[in-house]
Amino acid sequence: MNGIHDMGGMQDMGPIKYETNEPVFHATWEGRVYAMSAAVTATRKLRLGLRPPIENLPAAEYLRMSYYELWLTSLTERLVASDLVTRAELEIGRAAPGSTKAALAVSPADAVAAIFRVPARRKEAIVPRFQAGQPVRARNINPVTHTRLPRYARGRVGTIHRDHGVFAFMETSAYGLGDKPQHLYSVRFSARELWGEQAPPQDSVYVDLYDDYLEPV
Amino acid sequence: MDTTRRDFLTAAAAAAATTAPDLTHAQTHDHDHQDVPSDVALRVKSLESLLVEKGIVDSAALDALVDAYEHKIGPRNGARVVARAWGDPAYKQRLLANGTAAIAELGYGGSNGVDLRVLENTAAVHNLVVCTLCSCYIWAILGLPPVWYKSAPYRSRAIIDPRGVLSEFGTMLPENIEMRVWDSTAEQRYLVLPERPAGTEGFSEEALASLVTRDAMIGVAKVTPPQKGGRG
Repeated sequence: MNGIHDMGGMQDMGPIKYETNEPVFHATWEGRVYAMSAAVTATRKLRLGLRPPIENLPAAEYLRMSYYELWLTSLTERLVASDLVTRAELEIGRAAPGSTKAALAVSPADAVAAIFRVPARRKEAIVPRFQAGQPVRARNINPVTHTRLPRYARGRVGTIHRDHGVFAFMETSAYGLGDKPQHLYSVRFSARELWGEQAPPQDSVYVDLYDDYLEPV
Repeated sequence: MDTTRRDFLTAAAAAAATTAPDLTHAQTHDHDHQDVPSDVALRVKSLESLLVEKGIVDSAALDALVDAYEHKIGPRNGARVVARAWGDPAYKQRLLANGTAAIAELGYGGSNGVDLRVLENTAAVHNLVVCTLCSCYIWAILGLPPVWYKSAPYRSRAIIDPRGVLSEFGTMLPENIEMRVWDSTAEQRYLVLPERPAGTEGFSEEALASLVTRDAMIGVAKVTPPQKGGRG
């Protein structure tokens, strides 16, 4: 989706606000939101990724909400979309009368171990379409759903820097529509290709792009 | 959870749903589900009690996750990796060739671990990591990202004006240095290996690690030499 979250290259977002000795969580509820998201994800019962509900928010709300408010919104939407809770239950904060208790909760040890799991990495042997050093163009696509091809790279010509191997394709896996495993590449774009003559000639931006996002030049 | 606390939460959640929203959270909704209660903390407590009641999460697992990030997983882990690389050229070669395997040697990540690429800063090349679309970050050895990393100003400008962004952090680079910005748009993670500062010859790995900052491992700062007379 061409949403506000895809903000690479915008210049009107204000100065960077740096906090010295920043705590991991600024309030107890932030830690609980993070932990609930991680623990529910570890049940493997969610059928929707973290980002689609966040990216579907109107731009003004996206910019107004804090990071963990965005996560909270995403978590509740994902729980409902995955038939784990109902909106009525969310409103009253209690299970619906007569509903049965699930046995999904993961143990503390399993929840912490899941932090380090990367389910996106796949072991399939798939022939890569591109090789390091090869010039490629990022396709010009404008899906209304979740994508990992940022707008600033679309239509631009770069060079394959490295083949990272085979990964699940987030455009489908984020919706539970299959992993569509494919190669992921680091693609180098010169800063001038992206931003024009104002950029220093020696600078570059490296973007991780899936096979489906690239075409030969 | 005891009955008293649950009753309190239920009553509080119901009250939050019926009272007028606090102006600081006022917003326009065009969808028909509940409005955001004025107190997000209350809403989160209510959600946790619901998920526990339904058998979807265990509060002890939530405690363990919060504890892991507050006390166990953080930039000290990454600093240890950097210090090892500074002091051990063979380790540095392994780290640059296969970051995932090299951090596993120090007990981070493991076989199911993150996919890590390590980017070496030199006198000629400076690397900077960003996630323009969201907040991807090398959690396993840096912990959760700081707010500024996830914020719109950093995410939007790091790729179009990395030198301007660095100057906001007080980091000035020579004009002729090659700047490489890495946008982590997928599941590959990045860690910057900063330059070892001068004046650290003979330092122990521990003393070196104490100099390495989170910001230097993202690429917005350099590691500064130790104060004169000090030893890290």
